Amino acid sequence: MTLLSIEGLRVEYPSRHGVFVAVDGANLTVEPGEIHGLVGESGAGKSTVGAAIMGLIEKPGRIADGTIKLKEEVISGQDEEGMRALRGNRISMIFQDPLTSLNPLFTVREQLTETIREHLDVSSNEADARALDLLNRVGIPDAEIRLENYPHQFSGGMRQRIVIALALCSEPEVIIADEPTTALDVSIQAQVLELIKDLARERQVGVILITHDMGVIAETTSRVTVMYKGQVVESGTTKKILTAPEHLYTQSLISAVPRATTKLYRFPLISYGEREADFQIEQIKGNWQAEVSPQDLPLLKVEGITKTFLKSGSILPSRRQYFTAVDEVSFEIQPGEVFGIVGESGSGKSTVARVISGLLRANGGAVEFEGRDVTAAGRGVPEWYRREIQMIFQDPYSSLNPRMRVDKIVAEPAKHLGLLQGSALQDRVYELLDMVGLGTAAGRKYPHEFSGGQRQRISIARALATQPKFLICDEPTSALDVSVQAQILNILKDLQEHLNLTMLFISHDLPVVRQMCDRVAVMKQGRIVESSETGQLFDAPRDAYTQELLRLMPKFDSVAV
Amino acid sequence: MSMSSGAPKTRFARAWDSDLAWAFRHSPIAMVSFAMAVILIFAAAFAPWIAPHNPFDPATLNLMNGFTPPSTPNAFTNESFLLGTDNQGRDVFSTILYGMRISLFVGFSAVGFAMVLGITLGLVAGYFGGWTDAIIMRIADIQLTFPSILVAMLIFGIATSITPVEYREQMAIWVLIIAIGLSDWVQFARVVRGATFVEKGKEYVQAARLIGRSPVAIMVQHILPNVLSPVLVIATISLALAIIAEATLSFLGVGAPPTQPSLGTLISIGQDYLFSGEWWILFFPALTLLALALSVNLLGDWLRDVLNPRLR
Repeated sequence: MTLLSIEGLRVEYPSRHGVFVAVDGANLTVEPGEIHGLVGESGAGKSTVGAAIMGLIEKPGRIADGTIKLKEEVISGQDEEGMRALRGNRISMIFQDPLTSLNPLFTVREQLTETIREHLDVSSNEADARALDLLNRVGIPDAEIRLENYPHQFSGGMRQRIVIALALCSEPEVIIADEPTTALDVSIQAQVLELIKDLARERQVGVILITHDMGVIAETTSRVTVMYKGQVVESGTTKKILTAPEHLYTQSLISAVPRATTKLYRFPLISYGEREADFQIEQIKGNWQAEVSPQDLPLLKVEGITKTFLKSGSILPSRRQYFTAVDEVSFEIQPGEVFGIVGESGSGKSTVARVISGLLRANGGAVEFEGRDVTAAGRGVPEWYRREIQMIFQDPYSSLNPRMRVDKIVAEPAKHLGLLQGSALQDRVYELLDMVGLGTAAGRKYPHEFSGGQRQRISIARALATQPKFLICDEPTSALDVSVQAQILNILKDLQEHLNLTMLFISHDLPVVRQMCDRVAVMKQGRIVESSETGQLFDAPRDAYTQELLRLMPKFDSVAV
Repeated sequence: MSMSSGAPKTRFARAWDSDLAWAFRHSPIAMVSFAMAVILIFAAAFAPWIAPHNPFDPATLNLMNGFTPPSTPNAFTNESFLLGTDNQGRDVFSTILYGMRISLFVGFSAVGFAMVLGITLGLVAGYFGGWTDAIIMRIADIQLTFPSILVAMLIFGIATSITPVEYREQMAIWVLIIAIGLSDWVQFARVVRGATFVEKGKEYVQAARLIGRSPVAIMVQHILPNVLSPVLVIATISLALAIIAEATLSFLGVGAPPTQPSLGTLISIGQDYLFSGEWWILFFPALTLLALALSVNLLGDWLRDVLNPRLR
């Protein structure tokens, strides 16, 4: 019997600009013990579907049409009291960020027993026993001792397990997991997904797994529903959706997913909906005056850089405690090469980028650019070096000054570094905006008028305005949707190929690294554990940590083959 | 939602279409208080053209007109005054208009002074952090332990004692501005510091640092425009507080001198006659002060709710 069924769900948000339809005629069914994937890009309405099931649509939003049935009972359109009885009792939810779903002021025991006693009629002793049982079940070691700990005493993965334990307090029939592993590292993600799979199998819980990560979908779900702009465009078994998608949108989505197994020359982009304009690289190629570096020297040489941060301060130098973020890291990047650094959060990869860019000063070691030391000169890096490098940042929503016009943003580096002025600068700015496919009219607008992918294009235009030789990309696509990511990665590939740009590419996403890099270094706890040619690293990793990372990475192809 | 197509709108169309303008058009309280504040400020600014008399020109004064009740002909001169006259025969309506000018001038200038000082110190503290931040914020903390009116009185007292007697009357207004401004910079500094902390971690600031822009350029060009909306809220609420602080100081006799009476001075004059039946000398200036402070304050509260719904 179908556990949960949604028919013709329509969710509306009235606003002063008219009614925004977040979900339009969505259908979905979940069977007991099934993990049902709900995928789509940001704004597709997938989280809204989850919220609608839980009765958590925020005012002024409302369910305008359709029914949600739990077994035979219609649960949509119930009043708040009826929903509260369902919520947590028969339907539970796991949110993306484990930190915000736990109360920092209470111990794990208090939070668990409170939730248990709210939903089940048990004594406090029974509740305690149940809490312990739950912690054991979600795989927290030394559960008896850990019950007395506060949330901040647990690591991210452990916290997400506690959140799952909380969701299980009332023996729910349905669990809605909204991006449960997006904030977690690969190794922890693998554990949490394994736990969810076990729960579904052993206890016949129906799970709706909302995610944008096709690798996660491939590894955990049995059926998938694909949403686009509030509508369900396709649904079916995971294998069918991933290998033989029928709808054009699904095809475009699948084609944009980076694979870890093979390196593609470019991402094949199947256009659907509003397609971003193409990147006109030929336009600037002629003016690109970056001289070719002497071939016998590496473009960038990093030698034994170390960076420590103050962990706990004190007036007495002897009592200060330091944390070593980067520990004796050395590598060389040849001209025209794309060098990748991968690692989990806290591995020090971003710190390396910031030291090379001059945003941070290393405690030891040296950075040489074309054989010249750039770290030696007192405060900050020399100005000639600033002209040679540029950086593309992770978050397109924070990397552009919201109060600055786009043409000013793009012009700033070239203007400040004294490379161009007046009309020559104007020409360069508009040429670049044209090149990244935004058109010259974009110059007179402000960043908020653009989407995430478009903003990242503005970032690229800004970085190219000084005609740098060396580009540092710090997780340039991790905040973007898959299809947008594919476009941006194609742009970066083009730049590298046509302009002979050298790049340092930092990412936590192994498939992306495989697509982009010539050589890759794997970082762990501030050190490089392995560094080799990309193909070799992925096909025959030498280091145990690299092997582990590759093994745990959710593989898109696990279904396809 | 991307809106990359279409011609850029004009500045006015964009402002009219903004969420702020929309919220304003849908809030009766905001519109009424805005209208009231505008009328009062307009009346004060154009006092010389609106006021029937110039209360500071002794030639137009007639002592026989003293204590004329509102809108009643004077027993001796048969002249009639809308809001009556005070002890010296000055038209209360005119003195209010002129007094409000001084109140508003002091209020705006003091808030402006506090804003410049507070924003500068807040930016510096937030951007550099560490010792700079510790020192600036400890000074702010110390100042917060005294009631601001006390700080203002202290500064006013010190300033008047070091200025020569012949300049004292001229200086009084400026000393008042500095005293109120100095007692009020702390809130600006705190808010700006907090917002600067957030902004400086954002990647656009790193992008500016990457190309070697100086800290001053980053603070002024990049961070400042992004921390101004909470400042606008505080400035509006501070304006109301500054007007009241000025009135309080003047009422206590340490503010605007009787030759340049502000609303506070007028209230102070009026209270002498309250119990002898000449209520209008106190009542109308007090009512004006209330209307002024209330309208500005309501506007500030509304702004805060719109710009930062979380503070509600």
